[in-house]
Amino acid sequence: MKITHYWRAMWGIIWRELWRFVTQRERFISALVRPLVWLFVFAAGFRAALGLAITPPYETYILYEVYITPGLIGMIQLFNGMQSSLSMVYDREMGSMRILMVCPLPRWFLLLSKLLAGTGVSILQAYVFLMIAWFYDIQAPWQGYLWVMPSLLLAGLMLGALGLLLSSFIKQLENFAGVMNFVIFPMFFMSTALYPLWKIKESSALLYQLAQYNPFSQAVELIRFSFYGQFNSQAFIYTLIAFVVFMAAAIVGYNPSKGMMMRKGGA
Amino acid sequence: MINLNLHVNGANKIMNKTVLSRTVFALLSLGLIAAVQAETVFITLEKDNALAVVDPGSGKLIKTVDIGQRPRGITISPDHKFLYVATSDDNTIKIIDAETIKEVGRLPSGDDPETFAINPSGDRLYVSNEDDSLVTVIDIDQKKVVKQIKVGVEPEGITVSPDNQWVVSASETTNMVHWIDTKTNAIVDNTLVDPRPRALSFTADSRQLWVTSEMAGSLMVLDVKSRQLVKTVKFAVQGVSADKIQPVGIIIDNDNKRGYVALGSANRVAVINAQTFEVEKYVLVGQRVWNLAFSPDQKRLYTTNGSSNDISIIDLETQTATKSVGVGTYPWGVIVKP
Repeated sequence: MKITHYWRAMWGIIWRELWRFVTQRERFISALVRPLVWLFVFAAGFRAALGLAITPPYETYILYEVYITPGLIGMIQLFNGMQSSLSMVYDREMGSMRILMVCPLPRWFLLLSKLLAGTGVSILQAYVFLMIAWFYDIQAPWQGYLWVMPSLLLAGLMLGALGLLLSSFIKQLENFAGVMNFVIFPMFFMSTALYPLWKIKESSALLYQLAQYNPFSQAVELIRFSFYGQFNSQAFIYTLIAFVVFMAAAIVGYNPSKGMMMRKGGA
Repeated sequence: MINLNLHVNGANKIMNKTVLSRTVFALLSLGLIAAVQAETVFITLEKDNALAVVDPGSGKLIKTVDIGQRPRGITISPDHKFLYVATSDDNTIKIIDAETIKEVGRLPSGDDPETFAINPSGDRLYVSNEDDSLVTVIDIDQKKVVKQIKVGVEPEGITVSPDNQWVVSASETTNMVHWIDTKTNAIVDNTLVDPRPRALSFTADSRQLWVTSEMAGSLMVLDVKSRQLVKTVKFAVQGVSADKIQPVGIIIDNDNKRGYVALGSANRVAVINAQTFEVEKYVLVGQRVWNLAFSPDQKRLYTTNGSSNDISIIDLETQTATKSVGVGTYPWGVIVKP
């Protein structure tokens, strides 16, 4: 296999995902509407008009909608990661996965390509969301919009890898509701996306611990810091390790000889 | 050939000298710029009985110096050599060397001094004595009281016009501003204003006087010539109840383009167009924002946030708060030394 084969295959997968995203206008709009509803409605209710206390990376008092924005970007990527996993289940049911899997390239490479494709879509969504937020007076220094890119890539990969891992467990599309209830919601609510850690600590020590070690929290903090031109090394390392673990498990999960596929009786 | 070489060498030397002098000049200019930016911010800490010294460049508290009991009002001499700090529970105004931050003298301020103002030439200090309903006029060089002027009940805000013609004192309970002629040290006129006037500030051309009313949540603009009200600005912050909007400190830029009003418990500084009197923006700062000071180039604004124990730094070009610096308990007054 030449490198061009790899490249062609990866590009084909990414292009297919992007094309699917752009042509499915409802998906594009719903992916944007969800965080925007949170921003305009939920954050408005909790506006904290008198300002939230300072926590890094913020150097001064902020309104709640400013705080929640990186969390909502995280939410976009979380949903997108899970949606990619949903599309894997769909592909498996429809048979298009078979075409992908017979491709004479290593399975891990195909999965990584699939992951990159999903992450690319989520980055696109995140930037459109940030653009709308900019007009809502949620603005970062212009460098922040560049710095946030690698963080979005890593966070997207990590959440996508988690999605891939989950999709290896799900046999049917209908089971996706379980993912919503048991993965997306707990991960989102038990994180720093909606409330700072010190606030969670005030209410429950257990919740505080859960939120602190939730990989989604770390991904959100990575995005939050980089949005303001700062590098949170702890969040970076944590997210990176989580990505490697999820990805390795997903690769094993999709291995027909060892993984979940065999137990479930194949694709 | 030799001559030519000499010429070339000479030209090189001149060139080198020019390059050298340019480099030195550039370095000196850089040093000068650094020196210009190296302003120091002094903050009185009412509860800590101390003076906080902040380097706004790094956004760090450099040190905290014990200063006396309950320090509140603070100002600086026009030559920037001395700070004057009202230590209310010591019943005095202390003269502090602005370099060493050591006490070098005291002024007889009368009882419980809180706010005071220095005249442009730096030889007179006018002090509000809240409990005695007096304004005390002090000769700074002689360290003597020149006169005590009876004013309304609970005088608080006080200011001197940049043309040195007027001293204006605001009485919180009488709801009046008293116009005192600096030549005679006597009240010439009084103007009724909205309830609980707190702070006052003249425009740089001495043609307008801005007064904040804590209870009405308003800013009043008075014409100095007629000493009459020309405009009232009402403040309203989305999501903040009206009772929390308590305007206090005022500051107006030298170009008379914008004025800034600290809105107390609304945790905002209002940015007001000084020509149209429209409120352009409310900048979120710390809790119970009280007093304000410009950087020497008027590109930044420093605010004391009494309840959150910090100061906020506002970038006036972008009109956003860029940083908050923890300073100590109950920051009250703020002054900047270039």
